[in-house]
Amino acid sequence: MTDVPISRRSLLAGAAGALGAGTLQQQLARLRNQSGTPAVPADPTKVPGAPTSVLGERSPFERPRRLPLGGNQGVSLTPLQDLYGIVTPADLHFERHHAGVPAIDPQRYKLLIHGMVERPMVFDLAALRRFPAVSALHFLECSGNGGASYRNIRPDLSPQQIDGLTSTSEWTGVPLATLFRAVGVKPGATWFLAEGEDAAVMARSIPIEKGWDDALIAYGQNGEPLRPEQGYPARLLLPGWEGNSNVKWLRRIEVADHPFMTREETSKYTDPLADGTARQFSFVMDAKSIITFPAYPVTLPGAGWWEISGIAWSGRGMIRRVEISTDGGREWAPAALQLPVLSRCHTRFRYLWNWDGKESLIMSRAVDETGYVQPTLSELRAVRGLGTFYHFNHIRSWRVRRDGSVVFGLEG
Amino acid sequence: MRRLVLVATIFNAACGHSGEPRGAAPGSAHGVDAPVLPFGRPATADEIKAWDIAIAPDGTGLPPGSGTAAQGAVLYRQKCAMCHGPTGTEGPAEPLVGREPRQGFPFGKDPSLVRTVGNYWPYATTLYDYIHRAMPLNAPGSLSPDDVYRAVAFLLWRNEIITDTAVVNAQTLPRVVMPARDRFVVDNRRGGAEVR
Repeated sequence: MTDVPISRRSLLAGAAGALGAGTLQQQLARLRNQSGTPAVPADPTKVPGAPTSVLGERSPFERPRRLPLGGNQGVSLTPLQDLYGIVTPADLHFERHHAGVPAIDPQRYKLLIHGMVERPMVFDLAALRRFPAVSALHFLECSGNGGASYRNIRPDLSPQQIDGLTSTSEWTGVPLATLFRAVGVKPGATWFLAEGEDAAVMARSIPIEKGWDDALIAYGQNGEPLRPEQGYPARLLLPGWEGNSNVKWLRRIEVADHPFMTREETSKYTDPLADGTARQFSFVMDAKSIITFPAYPVTLPGAGWWEISGIAWSGRGMIRRVEISTDGGREWAPAALQLPVLSRCHTRFRYLWNWDGKESLIMSRAVDETGYVQPTLSELRAVRGLGTFYHFNHIRSWRVRRDGSVVFGLEG
Repeated sequence: MRRLVLVATIFNAACGHSGEPRGAAPGSAHGVDAPVLPFGRPATADEIKAWDIAIAPDGTGLPPGSGTAAQGAVLYRQKCAMCHGPTGTEGPAEPLVGREPRQGFPFGKDPSLVRTVGNYWPYATTLYDYIHRAMPLNAPGSLSPDDVYRAVAFLLWRNEIITDTAVVNAQTLPRVVMPARDRFVVDNRRGGAEVR
């Protein structure tokens, strides 16, 4: 929070502007003290403020950052511990790419729908935007999220490092059902292939029912066009289903009567189970929750009243309740759910806790509208096996030590 | 393909296909009574042909061409070994070769096991589909059909699934039975009280 670099852009803008006080960022940069800390006037009421601007920026005192790992085939994790409410700022939405972020000209963009249809068609961006639109708030989560809390668990893990592959946005787009009616999906169609325009031409087979039900071809995110990292100019959005199936940079849909068995639904994104099989097409994200405060690397300065806060979500519908334990899971009490509680969307929960200063193991447990209860780590390991991949939705815990430091709990 | 039909049937039962989006009301812009709007345009045959690259497990979509493991060995050295290692096991990219463990399918139990083409991939056609789409990483989509068949043949041979003289083409590839072919099961999670 202390080092705010002066960008080349703001320097150039400052030189070009040359008069007036400049932007807030420029004012603060000029006032920067020797240590690099953004400086402010002793009394902001005695100095004229900055003028209006064409594009807002965060306060230089706030520096939330994603955590990128793995280059252009990797991930970048959302800083869950830095966020309030349920919406993820678009520039902090998590990333997962298989061959980097493609540069796509919206003027040349087109979506092809063909295969088992009466009328193979091409929709450019203007056509997609002309259809009646819908907007909906939904979480999007990589199915590998939480893997760091399943095996080889370390205490020095933050909410970002554990569960930073989930984000919530308001998505705007055209229902895929509308396009299915436009092209005339033929009877007997049971699957469709969704394929991206990235360098991996990433593709997944999706049951046709999901397309008829609630799938969106999304081009809007939190009120603006999709960010490139989230699939600009258009992506598939499958509410509640694992991130990988929400194909970004969508360029082609092939309607068929079989799945295609792409790499991402055979070699990857399948779940080896304890019984010697592997679960395939496991799209839905089960109910999950994580406390984002207090959490590593926070240190509580003392005992007393603290609000435990976090997020819960389920790919099967609404969160019905979240329970909190402050004694390692022996007793549970209901947390307050912040409205709105939306289907397949992050739900903010809060629980006022009077910490007595003793070492405490705090944890949250989500229950969704189907009655599904977020399992313990040992329960999940029993049915999935220690070697399984993806869909790690067990209870997370945090150990609050007597000195106020908080580390990821190894129990739960 | 009987198992695939089963998969689709279960999804149909689970999702209760209504033919219209969830929450659509009569008279809304998204209900079945809403007009089919004339936006978009017909796709041309050339447009479809240019992008229609997916390969189905029954071989649909495989182009003319062929390759053998011996040919593939040359290609692998030139274009694959730099990431996947001289024999497909060394990395730094993910290992491609390996049949262990030959008994059972204990990947869920044992986190130390490495999933490879030989011990985990259920369909040989996926190799063609994926290599053609995405490989090599530094020049995706640059391989000719013959080159892709050669790479596929090399990897199947290295994984002891075909012989070094077997010709891989559109007719033979779908008939290759992968060791993990019958290990995959339909998702049986349904919400509710049970953890699965």
